[in-house]
Amino acid sequence: MNTADQYLKAIYLVQETEDGPASTGAVADALDVSPASANEMIGKLQDRDLAEHEKYKGVSLTEEGIVRAREALSNYCIIERFLANVLEVEEFRAEARSLEAVIDDTVAERLDTIIDRSSECPDCFDAETDACRYLDVEGNQEQEQENPAD
Amino acid sequence: MSVGQRVGSDHQLARLLQIGVVLEEVVEARSHHHYRAMDAELDAELEALLADAAEESADHREQLEALIAELDAESVPFDEIEALVEAQYGNTKPEDFDGVLYDQLCNEETAYKFYDDLIAAVEGSDATYSVDRDRLLDTLRGIREEEAEGVEEVTDVMERRA
Repeated sequence: MNTADQYLKAIYLVQETEDGPASTGAVADALDVSPASANEMIGKLQDRDLAEHEKYKGVSLTEEGIVRAREALSNYCIIERFLANVLEVEEFRAEARSLEAVIDDTVAERLDTIIDRSSECPDCFDAETDACRYLDVEGNQEQEQENPAD
Repeated sequence: MSVGQRVGSDHQLARLLQIGVVLEEVVEARSHHHYRAMDAELDAELEALLADAAEESADHREQLEALIAELDAESVPFDEIEALVEAQYGNTKPEDFDGVLYDQLCNEETAYKFYDDLIAAVEGSDATYSVDRDRLLDTLRGIREEEAEGVEEVTDVMERRA
């Protein structure tokens, strides 16, 4: 996942949590980068019509930005689910965060052919727990799905 | 969340090599599936292509597993991945010969991209690994080269049949 997509995903999740524009500080915290770095990339996203930044309010994604962010989030979900279910990694969230920059979208798509992902994805991603709500984040056991994928 | 591509530790490297093994296992298992499904159709060219792809993936897997063993990590058994491919295959199988070729092209392109990114991420890091860096990079570059040849081979077949 490239850097722009990581930012789009982070902004999308902060927006979802705060139910409004994402502050630069919150985006920087989410990505563990400096506010200056976050500002620079938000500017680039704005130039590419993927985000809009309003002074003193924060950044909001455009429709195209939301589409890209949701794709990036789906790929992140694939990586998390793959780590948790296939490689049985206990710390799958931390590892997904450390690996996402190296895992390309096409690779995530291939990994997706061996995991069982809900048709709701990525809406079932819970920003608070940083995981799909159908993954038991404590015991790493699959929870019963209300609407499981085929 | 990590911004930027770098492989900073043995643990991260081992995990990425495990993912490489799984990708190879997916190729191998899907090729076997396609091959079996086409048995009655007698398309010699496609059969040969799939058989070569499965063999090459098995070879790549062995090379990756040797590196993983040096990093004191475990690989992922092929039968486990084969069972997962089996379980999900109905949802993702190609519809026809063109679909099989396209699926194979995706396999080769995905593998190429994965090794290309992994090589860049190793090159971009100052970390010292338990495995010799030169041998690691030589192995990964060798595999990447074969994936590039694979892309070319499948593209040639697709163009000939177009």
